Amino acid sequence: MALHAEAASAALADAGLRADEVDGVLCAYSLAEPHLMLSSVFNEYFGIAPSYSAAVQAGGATACALVMQAAALVRAGICRNVLAVCADNRLTGLGRSGAVAALAEVGHPQFERPYGMSIPAAYALVARRCMFERGVTAEHLAAISVTQRGHARRHPKAQARDPLTMEQALSARMIADPLRLYDCCLVSDGGAALVISAADAAADHTDRAVSILGYGQMNTHEHAFAMPSLTDFGCRQSAAQAFAMAGLTPADIDVAEIYDSFTITLLAELESIGFFPKGEAGPAILDGALELDGVLPCNTHGGLLSYGHSGAAGGMFHIVEAVRQLRGEAEARQVAGAETAFVHGDGGILSAHCSLILGRA
Amino acid sequence: MAAKPVPLVTADTRTFWDACAEGALTFQRCAACGHVQFPPRPFCTACRAAGPGTERSAGLGTIHSFTIVHRAPTAAFKADTPYVLALVDFDEGFRLMVNLRGGPPSDARIGLRVRVLFEPLAGGGALPQVRPLVE
Repeated sequence: MALHAEAASAALADAGLRADEVDGVLCAYSLAEPHLMLSSVFNEYFGIAPSYSAAVQAGGATACALVMQAAALVRAGICRNVLAVCADNRLTGLGRSGAVAALAEVGHPQFERPYGMSIPAAYALVARRCMFERGVTAEHLAAISVTQRGHARRHPKAQARDPLTMEQALSARMIADPLRLYDCCLVSDGGAALVISAADAAADHTDRAVSILGYGQMNTHEHAFAMPSLTDFGCRQSAAQAFAMAGLTPADIDVAEIYDSFTITLLAELESIGFFPKGEAGPAILDGALELDGVLPCNTHGGLLSYGHSGAAGGMFHIVEAVRQLRGEAEARQVAGAETAFVHGDGGILSAHCSLILGRA
Repeated sequence: MAAKPVPLVTADTRTFWDACAEGALTFQRCAACGHVQFPPRPFCTACRAAGPGTERSAGLGTIHSFTIVHRAPTAAFKADTPYVLALVDFDEGFRLMVNLRGGPPSDARIGLRVRVLFEPLAGGGALPQVRPLVE
């Protein structure tokens, strides 16, 4: 809970808001400190009594879903200032093996777990099929981890900042073939929080707010054996909703922060969302498309692969980075002139999808 | 060493697991609309009709995708690594996650034809698996 509180305090200070001005609290879940009513636990710990409060569980889609729900609460006039907060101390609370074992329990208790399914193995099934159908190669995937490591090296708070070469990525130990060590996200301690306010309420407190231009969601399945497709995912529909609401297209996006639990997660989503035609994301990434000066600067903080992954907070790191980019506060990793940002989270085995489009206010 | 997880049978799936214990792989087909589904449920997920019928599969299928697991999720599976985890499309139109048995992991490939086999479970019952189909 201390990580939740630290993130919440930082977000309130950034927004110029007192804790007693928060009338809505949304939080996620915690593997290290589970509770049936985590939002109530947080409110009590933080010393606030909001009129609206709820916890949401949608895996990696949770952070984006919190923002979508907060925006809806504000739009409906139910809340003026919603605090969305996520944190988990997975590294020190569970350990790396503990986190892997805990996450494997999302597998179906009768039809997946008895077979030794792990989360990396489930995503490896996606990777293998994408290689078969779309011509994805190990080099395409390695280029993602290498590119994002380069971004993380420009972020002082990133967890993994050692140089990473293509050779290292391609020869790292195999986790679930074809996914190697650097194709898999980190296990981290961390937290992140955001304040989502009505436009006039925000204007009373800060001149650095960014606008939520669009959002959308799609939920197609939960378990790996129930995936309708191993190469095309619900991010297609969630992103289409968000783009329609914003009145924008993928070509209008200046910076993208897209869920990258594994390298294949990002590659498959880039094609499903429509940033690249089918089969073309991999070659484009090898050509530097996701670099800070590329056609689609992506995961500029280093993503879950190099910045860190603290459960639902991992997805919120993407949103925080998008806000920093739009405010021009991303320092050494700033994308010049960033005015629009696309953020996406997915939970489960590419099961639950939520997309956001943010813009410079 | 911790034991491997065993299927926790529910009211929905008791018929399926009872059949496995007898060496039969079963699936459901809706009498109203013909939809094939797995795992078993008391309604059709396509047309919502109640009571889809249970049928016996011929037990033949094709690997849709696979991975060779080198890092086990828990200590219980560590001695098995590297092992194949595969999604198999059975000919009747339903999909199972299984392990590929009966050969080295390097035999696995998308499109491989496989036949179901049943491995005894500690405490009774049997777990469906597959091995390459030798014509």
